[in-house]
Amino acid sequence: MKKKFKLQDLDCANCAAKMEEAIRKIPGVQDASVSFMMQKMTIDADDERFDEIMKEVAKVCAKVEPDCRIMM
Amino acid sequence: MTEKQKKMLVRILSAFVLLIVMMTGEHTGLFDGWSIWILFAIYVALYLIIGYDILYKAIRNIRNGQIFDENFLMVLATIGAFGVQEFSEAVAVMLFYQVGELFQSYAVGKSRQSISAMMDICPEYANVEQDGELMKVDPDDVCVDDTIVIKPGERIPLDGVVTEGESLIDTAALTGESVPRRASVGDEIFSGCVNGSGTLKVRVTKEFDDSTVSRILELVENASSKKAKVENFITKFARYYTPVVTIGAVILALVPPLLFGGGFGEWIQRACIFLVISCPCALVISVPMGFFGGIGAASRIGALVKGSNYLEAVAQMTTIVFDKTGTLTKGEFKVTGVFPVHRSEEALLEMAALGEGYSNHPIAGSIREAWGGTLDLNRVQDAEEIAGHGLCVKVDGRRVLIGNEKLMRRENIAWKPCDSIGTVVYVACEGEFAGAIVISDTIKEGAKEAIRSMKQVGVRTCVMLTGDRKEAADAVAKELGIDEVHAELLPADKVTQVERLLKHRTGKEKVAFAGDGINDAPVLTRADIGIAMGSMGSDAAIEAADVVLMDDDIRKIASIVRISRKTLSIVKQNIVFALSVKALVLILGAFGAANMWEAVFADVGVSVIAILNSMRTLRTK
Repeated sequence: MKKKFKLQDLDCANCAAKMEEAIRKIPGVQDASVSFMMQKMTIDADDERFDEIMKEVAKVCAKVEPDCRIMM
Repeated sequence: MTEKQKKMLVRILSAFVLLIVMMTGEHTGLFDGWSIWILFAIYVALYLIIGYDILYKAIRNIRNGQIFDENFLMVLATIGAFGVQEFSEAVAVMLFYQVGELFQSYAVGKSRQSISAMMDICPEYANVEQDGELMKVDPDDVCVDDTIVIKPGERIPLDGVVTEGESLIDTAALTGESVPRRASVGDEIFSGCVNGSGTLKVRVTKEFDDSTVSRILELVENASSKKAKVENFITKFARYYTPVVTIGAVILALVPPLLFGGGFGEWIQRACIFLVISCPCALVISVPMGFFGGIGAASRIGALVKGSNYLEAVAQMTTIVFDKTGTLTKGEFKVTGVFPVHRSEEALLEMAALGEGYSNHPIAGSIREAWGGTLDLNRVQDAEEIAGHGLCVKVDGRRVLIGNEKLMRRENIAWKPCDSIGTVVYVACEGEFAGAIVISDTIKEGAKEAIRSMKQVGVRTCVMLTGDRKEAADAVAKELGIDEVHAELLPADKVTQVERLLKHRTGKEKVAFAGDGINDAPVLTRADIGIAMGSMGSDAAIEAADVVLMDDDIRKIASIVRISRKTLSIVKQNIVFALSVKALVLILGAFGAANMWEAVFADVGVSVIAILNSMRTLRTK
C-alpha cells in the first residue's frame, strides 16, 4: 500500500535525505521518499503491518529531525 | 514570514544591537580594566540569546545518535572560538549563521509558495445537485453519474460531460493555452480548468481520484522523487563530504601541534573553520530545488515532465523521432483535391458521396463530409464491396465504381493516374472515367515552426516514422524539413527503427520519440525520452510517456529543451560555485589565511546565493 503524508516544519534538506534513508531501512518498507520541496512523504509498505510500520517511521523521523511532525 | 521566522528576526536584531554595543565598547577602551570573566559572562549571555536553540538541538541530536549535524558543528566551532578568547567573533559567527538560516528558510518557503501557486489547480469543492437542491461537497465524495453545477468563475472539480448550458472554459492552468475553449451540451470537460461566464450542468464521468486534476497533481508531485544523475551524485557526495571534512578538522587540531609543538589555540581555530564549512547544505538544497523549478516551469507551459531524470535527459537530446499521424499531422483525413473529368467538382463529389453512402470506411466519411449536403440514400442501390479494390454501386440507376487503381484496371476503365500526394480515390460511371478525389491528412499548425525551433536549440536529426505510403510521407517531410523518413512501417518496425537510432548514438546523446500514444506505447517506453500528446485524457499515453504535452502542441518541445538546458546549467553553476568556494576557504583555513567570517560565508552565504540562483529556473520560458 502506498500512502502520502504531509510533513510540518521540515526545515533542512539534508535531514530529509537522512530521513528517507532511515525509513527505507525499516523492515516491511518497500519504498519511501521524502520531498523537501513538497514537504511530503510517500511510503510504500506492507498492508497488514502498515500502522505498525508508521509508528516505526515516526520514531525514526523524530530521531533525525525532532522538530518535524508527520500529519497522520 | 511565519511566526517562527518573525521571532527569529527579533532575536537576530536584538543580538546584533547588543553585539555592536559590546564591540564598540571594547574598541574605545570602555571595558579596560574589567575582568576577562565579566566580559566572558556578557558574551556568553549574548551567545545564548542568539544561539540557544542551536545549542539545544546539538545536544538533543547527539543523544539521538546524530553527531555530524550542522548544529553540533556550529556549536563546536563557536565554543572553539570562545576557547581561544575570541568572544565577539564567536557571537558574531553564530549571529551570521542564524541570519543565513533565516534567509534560507525564507527563500525556500517563497519558492515553494510560487511553485504551489502554479500547481494550484486543485478544486476545493463541488456543487452537487440532489433532488433539485445544490449542496457543496468535497470533490472526493462525488460519484460517477452525479450531476454537478459549475458556476461562472469556479474551478471545474471533476471530469464530465456537459448536459446543460454553454460557456467558455479557461484551460490555461492545464495546457498553458490562453485562448479559452468553448463548451456546450455534449462536450467533455476536464477538472482543473476554470469555467468562464456561463453556468454549466455536468454529468460526472470519473471519480476524483481518476480525474485529470488528480492525475496531474500526482505526476508533478512524484516527479521530484525520480532523481536526476546530478542529484544522486550530490546525495552520495554529501554522505562522504561531512565526515571527511570533520576528520580533517580533528587532524588539523591535533597533528601539527603534536608534531611541531607550539600552541593548540591557533590550530584549534583553524579546525573550527573546517567544521563550519563541513555542511553540504548549499548543494543538498539548491540542486533538487533547481530541478523542481525546471519541472515547474515546464508544467506552466503545459508540458508535464515526469521526473528530474527526464528533464536532465531532454537537455542531451540530439535526435527526435516523430510518429507522423497525430503528431506532425492532425490525423484527420480530408478531401484535398477533386479532379473531375467531363463534369463539375460538385457532381463528382455528389456521385462519390452517394456511392459511399452506406460505407463506414474513414475515407467514405471524408468524402461525405466534403460534399456536405444531405444524402438521399434512396438513390443508391445494389452496393457491393470488392475487397482490396473499392466498391461497385448503382446511383440513380447508373453503375458507379469507386476505388483504387486496381479497381480501374480490373474493370478496364480508361483512367488517368493522379499523382497528387495522399490517398487517391478513382471514380468511374457507366464504364467511363469520371475523375479522381484525393484525400490526405493535414499538417498541424505550427509543425514547421516546431521543427525549425528544435533545430535552433540543437536537435541535430529529426526523423519521421509512418505506416503511410512513401510519397505521402516524403511530401510531409519535405514541407516540414525532416531529415530522415521511414515510411510504410508496421508498428513493430517503429520499435526496430528507434532501436537502430539508439544504437547509433554516442556518449551522452539521447533519442526522443514523440507520438500520440495511441499505438506506440512500446516505442514511447523504448526511447530515452518518450513524449506523448496528452490531449487531456488519453490514459495510455500519459502512463507510457516521460513527458506529456497537454495540448498536443509540438512547438513546446523546443521550449522544454531550453528549460532543461537552463536548469542543468544553473545546477552546474551552483555545484561548481559551492564546491570551489568551500575548497578555497578550506585551503586558506588550513594555512591560517581565512577567518571565521569567511568560513560562515562559505557555509550559509554560499547556500543563500545557490538558492537564489536555483529560483531562476522557475522563471525560464
